[in-house]
Amino acid sequence: MKTLKTEYLITGNSSAGVACIEGIREIDKAGNITVVSDENIFNYSRPLISYLLGNRVKKKNMFFRSRNFYDENKVNLVLDNKAKKLDVKRKIVYFANSQSIKFDKLLIATGGSPIIPEIKGSQLNGVFTFTTFNDAVAIKDYIKKHTVKHAVVIGGGLIGLKAVEALVELGIKISIIELADRILSTTFDTKASGIIQNALKKTGCNIFTKNTVVEILSEDKENKAKLVTLKTREKIQADLVITAIGVRPNIQLVNNTSIVTHRGILVDETMQTNVKDIYAAGDVCEADTLLDEDKKNIPIWPNAFKQGRIAGENMAGGNAVYTGSVAMNSVELCGIPTISIGKTSLEQDKYEILEMRKKEESVYKKIVLENNHIVGCIFVGNIERAGIYTGLIMNKIDISSIKDRLLENDFGVLALPEKYRKHLVGDVGLEV
Amino acid sequence: MKRIRIDEKYCMGCRLCEVHCIVQHSKTKNILKTYMEEYPKPATRILVEEKGYVTFALQCRHCEDAPCLDACMTGAMYRDKKTGAVLCNEDKCVGCWMCIMTCPFGVISRSPDKKSIASKCDLCMGEDVPVCVKNCPNEALKYEDSKD
Repeated sequence: MKTLKTEYLITGNSSAGVACIEGIREIDKAGNITVVSDENIFNYSRPLISYLLGNRVKKKNMFFRSRNFYDENKVNLVLDNKAKKLDVKRKIVYFANSQSIKFDKLLIATGGSPIIPEIKGSQLNGVFTFTTFNDAVAIKDYIKKHTVKHAVVIGGGLIGLKAVEALVELGIKISIIELADRILSTTFDTKASGIIQNALKKTGCNIFTKNTVVEILSEDKENKAKLVTLKTREKIQADLVITAIGVRPNIQLVNNTSIVTHRGILVDETMQTNVKDIYAAGDVCEADTLLDEDKKNIPIWPNAFKQGRIAGENMAGGNAVYTGSVAMNSVELCGIPTISIGKTSLEQDKYEILEMRKKEESVYKKIVLENNHIVGCIFVGNIERAGIYTGLIMNKIDISSIKDRLLENDFGVLALPEKYRKHLVGDVGLEV
Repeated sequence: MKRIRIDEKYCMGCRLCEVHCIVQHSKTKNILKTYMEEYPKPATRILVEEKGYVTFALQCRHCEDAPCLDACMTGAMYRDKKTGAVLCNEDKCVGCWMCIMTCPFGVISRSPDKKSIASKCDLCMGEDVPVCVKNCPNEALKYEDSKD
């Protein structure tokens, strides 16, 4: 097959890939863009799959850019084809269907894949991962075709709990199996986890912490999952099993090349890898962070988008700089909105903790300070104006003059240090 | 683009802007019906902040580099090509609150009704002048062309 040529090649068509298109087109209106995705859907938002599963969003509303987005941006979109091999020297990517594409600039935005736990019986029918559109559709189909009364979700992190939320809406009884001593242990502290844990129990969920599934069992000839055995020897009914123990960056494409990787593909502040003209963005990369010295893989939507956008502008000759970000998540569980930003669960002396809790309303706020700078926040139950705190983190603002106001109910723009307030509002028509 | 300019010097904290914003985004756009019959009332999309003698009214700044646009995972948040305003397509919004998490002004809120969608200033789409500006008795809010 003849090698095709393109000026910009983007492997991956989610947040970072789409943002990259927009970044390129900001500067270069004409250059040839080819986007290749290993999925068979023209465009969809991955975080929406739990809404799809829970019947809160229809298939036709899963996209986050319109049907004509690719035409309008003159993008050659290739679906259902996987990048297999990268020749860094000749600048060629080889694809699963034997096609090869020569590029001037490449963005690797291949995202991450779920880690499959090594459990006996994980090949049985009714055992699923939960990260893609096709996963959600397959789970939906399975529920439609078979009697699913009890489900087991392995992993009490964000993906697991989003699956739980959707399954609860479908009226399925759920058991969550979590290895750590509490759910949401990477994003929340003990108190915040506790609030959500109690709310989940009230909706009828069973939560098993410090536990794992050792085997998934079937009781029929069709090899349908029926039971799981826990480490503690308990057996739980499981007509459906969802594994959500984590996601790892899809770096296979750069294996055996000179591109430097750690957990993800390492990139500089322009989102370029150590090889000129090859960029990476989104869940596959490890980029600068705001609060730590070393680069980190922070697989969240807003980071992927920002990184993709910056990569795109730079690929087209711009000079955009990624100043780093922090982990942040916004999830509503059991009707309780929650937001967590940055470092949330630290016990060391160098951090100062401000807290507010109204038990009866499931409201909890926590602010983590280091040398009079906010490095983390948790909001449970009341998330209004949380972005103001994000702004204080992202802009590294000294909050010593407003420390006693940070937890006040009416904390707002008026309370911000004057210099920062002026900077914030300076360009946008506010005289305060 | 045309933006709402806020002048703290002239703001008296009367909160008329909030009242008119609520009415404008109600079903009937009638003040009596909105306040007496609509439950829940729509949320105000302009917030009057007050501390001591200082007050000002704040609504979406329709930022040039808007963090809510980057964060929106559904594509609901978009920039209106004609006016430059940052708007929320309520049919697409699912209430994930990523916009609330990233807006440095804290001017996006959860709609008070069951729809669970983001509520923010839409510059009173279709009106020549946003109602908060039109009804500000002391010209603390102005609607003018900005440099960009």
